[in-house]
Amino acid sequence: DISDVGRKYHLDLVLEDVLDKDRTLNCSAEVLYHLGNTNIAPDVQFTLEGELKNSDEADTRFYNWIKSLENELVAENIPDSHGNVSPEMEPIWLLGWVASGYVIWQNSTEDTKFQLAQIKRVKQVKRSDDSLEFDYMILLHEMVSQ
Amino acid sequence: MWALLVLIGAATVSAHLQDLAFNGQKVFRVIPQNDEQVEIISSLASSIQVDFWQPDSVTLVRPKMQVDFRVEADKCFEVEELLKESGLEYRVLIDNLQAALDAQFDSQARTTTHSYEKYNNWETIAAWIADTAEKNPDLVSQSVIGETYEGRPMYLLKVGKSGPNKKAIFIDCGFHAREWISPAFCQWFVKEAVETYGKDTVMTTLLNSLDFYVLPVVNIDGYVYTWTNNRMWRKTRSKNANSYCIGTDPNRNFNAGWCTLGASKNPCDATYCGSAPESEKETKALADFIRGHLSTIKAYLTFHSYSQMLLFPYSYTYKLPSNYKELNSIAHVAASKLASLYHTKYTYGPGAATIYPAAGGSDDWAFDEGIKYCFTFELRDTGRYGFVLPESQIKPTCEETLLAVKYIANYVLEHLY
Repeated sequence: DISDVGRKYHLDLVLEDVLDKDRTLNCSAEVLYHLGNTNIAPDVQFTLEGELKNSDEADTRFYNWIKSLENELVAENIPDSHGNVSPEMEPIWLLGWVASGYVIWQNSTEDTKFQLAQIKRVKQVKRSDDSLEFDYMILLHEMVSQ
Repeated sequence: MWALLVLIGAATVSAHLQDLAFNGQKVFRVIPQNDEQVEIISSLASSIQVDFWQPDSVTLVRPKMQVDFRVEADKCFEVEELLKESGLEYRVLIDNLQAALDAQFDSQARTTTHSYEKYNNWETIAAWIADTAEKNPDLVSQSVIGETYEGRPMYLLKVGKSGPNKKAIFIDCGFHAREWISPAFCQWFVKEAVETYGKDTVMTTLLNSLDFYVLPVVNIDGYVYTWTNNRMWRKTRSKNANSYCIGTDPNRNFNAGWCTLGASKNPCDATYCGSAPESEKETKALADFIRGHLSTIKAYLTFHSYSQMLLFPYSYTYKLPSNYKELNSIAHVAASKLASLYHTKYTYGPGAATIYPAAGGSDDWAFDEGIKYCFTFELRDTGRYGFVLPESQIKPTCEETLLAVKYIANYVLEHLY
């Protein structure tokens, strides 16, 4: 406990590559939950023992595929009710997962445990430049309040 | 180079999946209280094209009348915001019209085949229950222990070789509607029992010496709802007095420190404890059955998901049960038996400290009734898929879990009381 500031946790953890179970990375982190005002996201500092794998190749494949679509991508329920994610939707899912990490971080307190439950809807937003833009509606599951 | 921009936001989206004309459409039910509110509905109807289901036209709307109308997918968000703002009493009658239609269509195709490696809808499970009892009369018998809120019979299977003075183990699945892997396990367990009796020594001994009461789905109404309307529903589907919100958390509804912690008094919450202990027909039926067979039931196992945990009392308090050391060592071995197959890691321990404090659980209640061996399983996974665990994981999940269950059952058999 840090008086008048909040509570700080020191963590030693092992990260596992979602796409390659045998790939792990040691990580140490410090998380500070702020006292009182739970509208502030916790402060997070971390150090990785090594580097994250480069995903340029997969990114490029995804980018080119989306660019090749005639109409803006629209999809629902990823995974579907039975846990299926089609191969084309995998990158959409992973992207949503990463982005939901930000939302989770912003909304986390010492008493919450969030997971991405499902991507309810995703819609590609038309842009005039070369960037891709997606509008996601996600369902987050909070473990304590359910 | 190019950059990827991601926006997370609540968006009104119309999904263009082929031939799904009603996908994403909702049906709202509104009850205007006075002429002013009737006027709100009229102006809503003129600004947004809505399809009135009842009454036939907006001109027939009167105060205190139930007004149902269908809204196009891309207007749903707007309409809901408008209703919230207006203070009108409303609820969503049908969350996704396409899903409800598909479900109707599915249930008309009565020949949906049962599979142990797929998620089965309730009708298929009900048919499977009857079929299993019929095909294995010397090992399985079926009974009804009560009715759900929506009037569905709660089927129970008694699995074991008939014999005098047999003790029993009670197993249930499907407390929480969205935890689909749970009912899948109960079905798998029964299958293994009937298929390996006479072939597997452990199973044969277990079924000869003990009876297993298996309740494949406790919260049937909720389970059906996850198939027809909302995959993420958790609670029962009972109406709550003085609220538009539906349902009670069945695993907060038992008389074990009821509603003291880890449960909500708000009917709109997912952990709503109910108006009183056993307020739900489903929990009352379960509790009545166990009370009625207390002298024979020696262990209680209840299956949930997800988190990969093996829990034992207590969850309604941080206090430890009198046989904590014993329960802890059973859990330790059971977890390692489970992990032996596919290296699936389970954590174990008393509920409150291991997962979270939560009063009103069936395991704590059963334990306080005198059943010494009570365990709650939180099955796969740890969050990657969560509730929507892929069907490809049903078999491995069930296989590994069965190892733990057989171990526990065997332990109970060797420590009968």
